[in-house]
Amino acid sequence: MRKNLNVIAAYSIMMGLIILVGIFQSWNIALSIFNLCLISAVMTMGANIQWGYAGLINFGIMGYTALGGLAAVLISVNPVQEAWSAGGSNILFSLFLIIGMVLAVKYVLKKYEKTKKRTYIIATIIILGIIIIRFVSEPGIEAIEEVDPAKTGFLGGLGLPIIFSWIVGALFAGGLAFVIGKVALGLRADYLAIATLLISEIVIAIIKHEDWLTRGVKNVIGLKRPAPYEVNLQQTDWFINLVERFNSSKLSLISDYSERQTALNQLVIEGSSVFVKLCYSGLFLFVVIILLILTQKALYSPWGRMMRAIRDNEEAANAMGKNVVKQHLLIFVLGSAIVGIAGAMLVTQDGLFTPGSYRPMRYTFLIWVMVIVGGSGNNFGAILGGFVVWFLWIESAPIGLYLVNLTTAGLDDTHFLKVHLIESVPYFRFLMMGAGLLLIMRYRPKGILPEKIEIK
Amino acid sequence: MDFVNAIILLLNYIFVPALAYGSQLALGAIFVTLIYGILRFANFATGDMMSFGTMFTILFTWYLQSVGIGLGFLPTALIAIPFAIIFMVGYMLLIDKFVFKYYRVSKSPPVQLAMVSIGVMFVTQAVVRIIIGPSDRRFFDGEKFLIKAGEFKEMTGLNEGLAIKSTQVITVIVTLVLVSTLFWFLNKTKTGKSMRAYSDNEDLALLSGIDPKKIVMITWIIAGILATIGGALYGLDKSFKPFTYFNNMLPIFAAAIVGGIGNPFGAFLGGYVIAFSEILLTYAYRKFFMYVLPESMEPGGLVQLLSTDYKFAVSFSILVIVLLYRPSGIFKGKVL
Repeated sequence: MRKNLNVIAAYSIMMGLIILVGIFQSWNIALSIFNLCLISAVMTMGANIQWGYAGLINFGIMGYTALGGLAAVLISVNPVQEAWSAGGSNILFSLFLIIGMVLAVKYVLKKYEKTKKRTYIIATIIILGIIIIRFVSEPGIEAIEEVDPAKTGFLGGLGLPIIFSWIVGALFAGGLAFVIGKVALGLRADYLAIATLLISEIVIAIIKHEDWLTRGVKNVIGLKRPAPYEVNLQQTDWFINLVERFNSSKLSLISDYSERQTALNQLVIEGSSVFVKLCYSGLFLFVVIILLILTQKALYSPWGRMMRAIRDNEEAANAMGKNVVKQHLLIFVLGSAIVGIAGAMLVTQDGLFTPGSYRPMRYTFLIWVMVIVGGSGNNFGAILGGFVVWFLWIESAPIGLYLVNLTTAGLDDTHFLKVHLIESVPYFRFLMMGAGLLLIMRYRPKGILPEKIEIK
Repeated sequence: MDFVNAIILLLNYIFVPALAYGSQLALGAIFVTLIYGILRFANFATGDMMSFGTMFTILFTWYLQSVGIGLGFLPTALIAIPFAIIFMVGYMLLIDKFVFKYYRVSKSPPVQLAMVSIGVMFVTQAVVRIIIGPSDRRFFDGEKFLIKAGEFKEMTGLNEGLAIKSTQVITVIVTLVLVSTLFWFLNKTKTGKSMRAYSDNEDLALLSGIDPKKIVMITWIIAGILATIGGALYGLDKSFKPFTYFNNMLPIFAAAIVGGIGNPFGAFLGGYVIAFSEILLTYAYRKFFMYVLPESMEPGGLVQLLSTDYKFAVSFSILVIVLLYRPSGIFKGKVL
């Protein structure tokens, strides 16, 4: 118990802060911060597995998040029958062509020695393949995008409950990571960082511009929910009764019947959105706890010890007969899959998929700040990092506003400096994140909760 | 005649824009490569440092415009750039003193320095947005075109016009002057040679009495000059928006790595490789083929290899391919 004191203290402070937000701002805000903290925690766990366990630097988190989000769309949206009949066959045929192309490249890779000739053959196959696929798919894509473009204009999904997408998102992200890992993992650390960053940009470009698959920048809205809808809740009796019981003391103060009814209505409306958020919190908490148990088990297993050995001295681990390349690939896939789950969770919570919103600042670098600040290599640290950084990210605007008002208190309200500073309050969060990262890296390079490995 | 038209078409839509864009990338890529070669880390704050320098250029331009100083047909920003460079170099040295120096002295691994540069990126981005705001700024003044498309058509009697913006010419000229000065400095002067030695083999350079503090300081000064001028030229040619500058970091990295990171000449050429391939692969060649081919063979579609949405994706794919097949870059050879 004693040795875990700092973990418990850190988490209590964090929960206390969120509860304070609930008391002073509103429970709605507190819960939405809490939910996004949980999602961030899943992402940081994914990044932490790669960076903390194995020392692999992955700046492509944004790409996996977006793929998870795409999975949510492809699983939950109802299929668009007209689009399928308009261009489905072309798309399926193109898919076969792509598979054929990949197989052909694999065959050439296996059959021929590594020569210039082989490179040229592969290049020809790929270029020819792209041209043929374009010819085949173009009419299909055009036909699909013409099907009621204001509402659909894409193939739709499978029409399954959205919760399945969490698994599928993991599979998607893992699959992408497998491909990237196969080609890029041999690179040196900083090259790997740049390569993954650029590949994630390519993924986003594809998701943004392939409208037949994702609707692109037109966004997919109104995704199904795993939780009840507020509007339905507000009309169910048991929920109204529940709200009434919770607030009975407050309500009994109001004597007039109609006034009491309006007050109750107000409370029911507020309560319903809190209730929905609580449902999400429950689901997310479940995922976080499961992942935490699994990752902790992995960390203390022989496999975890091997990963740390590889991280700390690759050559030595290699000499001991450990297959470094294979283990790196495995952990790259696992970590990315976890990030994919987080991506699907994020879209599930928002109920909409907006490819335009995936930006590296928010989905790659911020996650890295979380891992570094929290403590890489320590799962509790990484999760705490997710909580602390997300909390600051949201609350930095009010804090910034407060600071601006404090420092410019002597100035007139219309003074240009004050107006300018108040307008730029949203950007104080970048300043805070950057300064926080620099300070932590300088004075506590292992993070708030440093990695601690005891041999049990 | 049709053939000439086709050539002019390509010049107008591919060659001239790609040359200007490539020059802007080249300056950024040399900046990345210098930092990588001498300070030995991948600087993720590149784009934001460039936007920081450009911000100063814009502020000085506004000031000069308000007091009525201008260059006539040339943009006022050209006078503002030297002042901006002074501030930018100050900022760079400040960052180095308070942030990077500690890690350099304690010999941290390059990955850690790259992480630190992400912190710098966040801070710089915030400062830029707080000072000048996130919106699009145009600060170009003076004559916009050197040759207008219409005038060119009248002059030559061709169907196709060739428009050359004055910013494009300025970009190319300034880049050439700057880069040749830089190469002269690196290859001929004593300081430049010691920089190359330091980049090549740090221990040996220290042994032969090269002062590392001076090398690092000069590197930051050159980096500040390159970042400011590169950023300002990009802003003059297109427009200034902090977010675009952050995004430009990616093709700049691509250019530096394609050219062989740590090799300034490679980075210089890499900039053009990236710019030309981006534009060549996303241009719709329909009109070109209409001129070149006989009427019966005219293509139906746009004859576009990739849609322009994938402009960035092209450069990244090139980078990935280069990384896989020749991790040391196309132009390998001596470093710095």
